[in-house]
Amino acid sequence: MTHTTQFGSIAAFQSGGIQPIDDDPKNYVFSNVFAVAGKSAPYERIAVGKNLEYVIEAVRAEGISPWYAAPHDEFALAMDGDVTVEFVKHVVNAEIGGTAGAKLLTTEPQGKKMGWVRLRRGHMALLPVGAAYRFNAQTISCLVIQTIAGPLTVERWALICHTQALS
Amino acid sequence: MQTQALQSNFRTTAPNPSTGFKGFEAGAFTFARDEYFAHVSWPDGKHSMPIDAFLRALMRDIAWGFFYGTVNFDGVFGTTNHYGEVEMFAGSMNEAYTSTKRDFLQRFSADDLMKTFREMIDDWTVEGYDPFAAPMETSVPWGPKRGKNSSAVTRQRVTAKRMVGMPGDTPVRSDASGYPVNRMFADVAQDAPEVHAEPGFEGQISAYNLFGYVSRSDVTWNPSVCSVLKDSLFCPTSEEFMLPVEHGNDRCEWFLQLSDEIVWKISDGKTGKPRATVTMRAGDICCMPADIRHLGFSPKRSMLLVWENARADLPQMIRDQKIPVVAVRF
Repeated sequence: MTHTTQFGSIAAFQSGGIQPIDDDPKNYVFSNVFAVAGKSAPYERIAVGKNLEYVIEAVRAEGISPWYAAPHDEFALAMDGDVTVEFVKHVVNAEIGGTAGAKLLTTEPQGKKMGWVRLRRGHMALLPVGAAYRFNAQTISCLVIQTIAGPLTVERWALICHTQALS
Repeated sequence: MQTQALQSNFRTTAPNPSTGFKGFEAGAFTFARDEYFAHVSWPDGKHSMPIDAFLRALMRDIAWGFFYGTVNFDGVFGTTNHYGEVEMFAGSMNEAYTSTKRDFLQRFSADDLMKTFREMIDDWTVEGYDPFAAPMETSVPWGPKRGKNSSAVTRQRVTAKRMVGMPGDTPVRSDASGYPVNRMFADVAQDAPEVHAEPGFEGQISAYNLFGYVSRSDVTWNPSVCSVLKDSLFCPTSEEFMLPVEHGNDRCEWFLQLSDEIVWKISDGKTGKPRATVTMRAGDICCMPADIRHLGFSPKRSMLLVWENARADLPQMIRDQKIPVVAVRF
């Protein structure tokens, strides 16, 4: 017997849902990363998971992103598509230090080129502290990012989460 | 909260002359197995479980180090982790027992109880049976004692320090390292990401195929820590058949379904009363509230990313109502 593994993409996904018995569906903060990325602007960082200061962000990767840096590690997982990540050495300075989370760099980083990685479905990359990074996706792709909530994190739970029972 | 004295009675009894299996005592609990069942006794009660279900649950409790919160072997017996100490209970998470005061609970040093559990799983797991494996991938646990499967029951849970595949960290899986692709993930791409580090930055730029990594897991329902951001832990796992325990949360825990489908039966953490059914498909993400227990069903082997916040004081913050039992209010 052969088995087919079902992955999703922004173009094709089938979400599940919640059948409450004695509960409020909102307690489960249920969304779908492909649905969220599909309705987002390129490189908006939409929180789809939150546990105190920590977040998982869903990102629609499309074209070239701005440069980002964070005062801590982050991790990017390609859920679908084809995304290149460029890295440039960038010390944690006043612009990106202080508070947690990714920051938008206002100028092109001037440090040494560290290299790049190319991610396809299922690939995970370290976005290391001490590096500025930017994404480049020639096709619409979906990333999830393990990070800490910061000024770029967008929380719009009421718009993205299931609030009704699965029919 | 009243703290109970730690139990000091731990005893292993001689093999049963009929079945060949040893018996065990921990505090006032006694454990015995026969050809089909595990039997747990305490001063005013007794409970039996099919031995396959008991061994699968015991294996997870051991592998997870009593995990976060409560590990319900079933609706009666289980453990609650207090991180250094553990409560072992019968009926304490079952309203029928607690309302009639028939529940029983004792507290142990985690290290001491773990020794007994490890000895128990080693003695009670027969040759050819792997409690980590999906039922279609292992032999049967029934019958009298016949050999052991120590290598299967002593697997170490993978815990990356920063990220899988980085220099000095837990390695990626491959055929050569003894991790073939699982039969149900034969169609999962095994390509590695392209990594181009400039001279001097080798080892600082890193990426790996996480889906490929999970497709090569030789265990089910056993999350591995694969990327670490302070207390934020990404713990992907491969799931097939059913979660061997009902995991009772002591903190919010998030699930991101990476592939296929899992159906979760959600019940109240303390009483066991049903609360909801949650169906997750690829790309779905949701939170398990801190006051529930969950039991998952995965008809085809699937990939699940369990996201934990390992902060040590979270359970107390929730008990003190300093943070809510749900992760987000909207």
